[in-house]
This record gives sequence, C-alpha cells and structure tokens, in this order.
Amino acid sequence: MIAGVAESRFGEVPDATALQLHQQAAALALTDAGLTPGDVDGLFSCGADMMHPLILGEYLGIRPGYVDGTQVGGSSWEFFVHHAVGAIEAGLCDVALLDYATTSRSDVKRRIRSSNVAIDARGPAQFESAYGHTVIGRHAMAATRHMYEFGTTSEQLAEIAVQTRFNASHNPLAMYRDPITVEDVLSSREICSPLHMLDCCIRSDGGGAVVLVAEDRVPDLPKKPVWILGAGEATSHHTMSEWEDFTESPARRSAERAFRMAGVKPDDIDVLQVYDSFTITVLLTLEALGFCAKGEGGSFVEGGRLRLDGALPTNTDGGGLSSNHPGMRGLFLIIEAARQLRGEATGRQVSGASLAAVNGTGGWFSSTGTLVLGVD
Amino acid sequence: MPQLPRTATWHLPVPDIETAPYWEATASGRLLIKHCDACGRDFFYPRAHCPRCWSSSTSWKEASGDGVVYTFTIVRQNDLPPFKERLPYVVAIVELAEGVRMTTNIEGIAPEDVRCGMKVRVAFREEARDEGSAFLPVFRPA
Repeated sequence: MIAGVAESRFGEVPDATALQLHQQAAALALTDAGLTPGDVDGLFSCGADMMHPLILGEYLGIRPGYVDGTQVGGSSWEFFVHHAVGAIEAGLCDVALLDYATTSRSDVKRRIRSSNVAIDARGPAQFESAYGHTVIGRHAMAATRHMYEFGTTSEQLAEIAVQTRFNASHNPLAMYRDPITVEDVLSSREICSPLHMLDCCIRSDGGGAVVLVAEDRVPDLPKKPVWILGAGEATSHHTMSEWEDFTESPARRSAERAFRMAGVKPDDIDVLQVYDSFTITVLLTLEALGFCAKGEGGSFVEGGRLRLDGALPTNTDGGGLSSNHPGMRGLFLIIEAARQLRGEATGRQVSGASLAAVNGTGGWFSSTGTLVLGVD
Repeated sequence: MPQLPRTATWHLPVPDIETAPYWEATASGRLLIKHCDACGRDFFYPRAHCPRCWSSSTSWKEASGDGVVYTFTIVRQNDLPPFKERLPYVVAIVELAEGVRMTTNIEGIAPEDVRCGMKVRVAFREEARDEGSAFLPVFRPA
C-alpha cells in the first residue's frame, strides 16, 4: 500500500539540481511514511539518462537490492506501482521508493535543452524524423481524427483546460491559478492544429516521491494507508504510423485490468487523476477508462463535470495543464490521489473521497498504467 | 554556465540492413512497402519479418502511390533546424491504397485546406545536407 507521498519544491526552481530535488522529495515522502532512508530496499525510478536508478541510488547514498528502471514515458510511475505491488507481495522487497525530479523548465532557460525533443533518425525513427514531427504534433493528430470522426470541437477540448485551471485556483502551490475561459484557450497561439498553447501542459521544475510498503507495516504507519486495489498496464505504438486507432487510448486495456482487479466500476470512482499532457489526452482517457462511451468525450466534459464541484472531480491539484509538469508527470497523479483519499488536499479536498482512479499516459498514447486506490 | 553541446539537430534518415532497398527506391521515384509471403499481408515500416505472423518470408512490393489522409496536424512551432524555417508545415498519417500507413508531409496545398479523407498521391522531395542526401516520400493532393 502507499505509506508516504511528497513533492519537492516545484514550479520554478533555478537554484537546485534535479538530483537535489529527488533527494528532497524522497526525504519528505519517507518522513510522511514514518520511515528512514535505511529502510528503503527497493528503488523505482527513471529519467532521461542511462542507468538512472544507479545514478540516483548512488547520489542518495542507498544500495537497494531490488531495482526497477522501466522507462515507458510519463506512465512509468503507474507501471512501477504495478511492479512494486508484485515485488512486495512476493517478498522481494519491503519498502519501495518511487522517486522522480527534473529541472526541465530551468534547463530550457539555461539553454542546455531544447523545448523540442530531437529524435534520432536511426531504426524506426528513420521513417518519421525527417518530416519534422513534434511531441505536440503527435498528440494533435489524435485530436484532428477525433474531431473528424465524432465532431468533437476545440471549444470542448478547451473546457478541459478551463476546468483544470479552476481546480488549480484552489491549490496554492499550483503554478498557474488565474481562471481562464474557453475564449482564452481558443485565442491562445496555435502550436500544432488543433491544439492551442492553453491545450498544452506547462513546463516546470520539480520532483516527487511515493513510498510503498508491505501490509505487515500498517500498524507502524503514522497515517492511514492508501490501498492499491487494482493495477494494470498497457503498451501500444512508438512509431505513430503503428497506432491502429488514433481515437482510442491503450488505457482501455490497462483500465479493464485495473477495474476488474479492484472489483469496481467507473461509476464508483470519487476522484480521478489522469495524465493531462494535452487536453486531448484527458478526453481520450475519459473514454478509454469507461467514464463515457467512445466518441462522447466532447459532450461529457461540458458543464463543469471535471471541476472540484463537478460530478467527476478530475486533476484536482490543477494537473499538468496548470499545477506542475516536470516531464514524466505520472508520479504526481498518484501523490494527488493519495492526498485526496487521506483528506489532506487542503483547499481542494473532495469531501468523502474514498475511491480514486489514476491513469498515466506515456509517450504519445504509447503506454498507459491505470490504478484504483482506496482507503478504509 | 558552459553550454552543453546541442544534440538537438535534425538528421537525414539512416538506412540500415533492413531498409536500404527502401531508400534506394525512393531515390529513383518508387515507393516500396513490404509484403508477407506467408500470410499475404502488406506492412510498413519495413522490417525483415512480418509483424503479424513472424514469418521471415517477406518481400518488397511497389506501392501504387495513392492514399488518403488518415489524420494530420499543422505544425506551427518547432525550434529545431531546419523545421523552424519551414513553419507552418503539415505532418500527416497517410493510408496507402494497400492499407498500410506512413508518416509523411502534405505539400502542394495550403495547410489550412488539408482534410482527413483527402485523396493524395506520392511525390519525392530531395533533402540535401552536408553528409549526403535522401529522397523523402511526401504526398500531394491527387
């Protein structure tokens, strides 16, 4: 179960390294769990560098005997939870630390990274790179197709950004808190049609950590445990031309497994955290998770349904669209879900939330991990 | 602070053992896809085995060059050279008459006029760089 969660400082953090933020988040999450660094015997992490878990373990000063460096993009954290549950149940590790941080916002300002990801032209990428595809463009093509098949509108996509910003306005730590309107989204610069700047996640610095422990540690925990009731992962394409249906997220498969394992239905969920790299990511995820039928995501998000005071409070911290997004954001979905279930989401608490669903999306709808979390 | 070497650059496609015939063909104005001699399916991108049935009996097949736009985006922001100078441009997934899909650019039409379902036909654009050149299959309105 989840015993500890924490973010490091996030937003604009020009005065710390990414490894520093890893350590800060890990220390806070271990304190939250009533544990110490010496208790950690499982390390789950990934980053842009080779052998990241080794670099991180060394920096932290720990030598865990169980390591997972799965790198499937922003959903890696939901995959890690899925894997850690198995490892803990099998007795392979006892205290699993999931730890992530980047300074991607400050790095762009320091001009040591581009805001566009350069992808090599070797292997399958030789059939894509030379055409000038971008990460935003890959997602935008899903929106184009969804609009073509189902009549979804830019106004409906904008609703997602507007409602997420409403949620952010209740989170004092969110980077962007001023309310926006559908018109604001539509009049913001178009980056890759049909996505505008305000359809896109922000870029922030920051880190987060989650501590998972074995059930026999429950009596020692300072806070009530958040149970992992269901978990599932799914993989799809890496090369865009290999994605069979641009209107369907692989989350359909990961969610089926997670909901079946938990024995619950989408209707039972009190609070939802889904990766919102772009507004279209949320829309496809809502459909794939079964909150509405395929093709009906556009009308589903109208009427404030995703707001804190709506029927399906979603991305209650303000998500990657407004709160923080230091790259592979899937870990922050788990942190916010745990906070909501513990009743710790100050200023944005969904009252009585006892069942949460989490869905991380990695790459460009390339991988998804779904979790169902609950409290007693 | 010292600037890191920029790896953010654009490369010509790097042909390999599995794909060299494809790039040799584009240089002579032909678009090749792969065909599985075991299960009879066409597929793309090219690889030595059939991704459906894993047969290694696969062969090259010349595509008709006709297709339709499955989906697309008008790219208006890309800070990597040389794309920055080409903005806006259209990146699309085209479904060939043979049923396989490929990533490509749509040219010869105003970006705002591109539509899903639009009929297109292959053309070849030469990209020349210091290290050599490649002929990229792109598509234009049919």
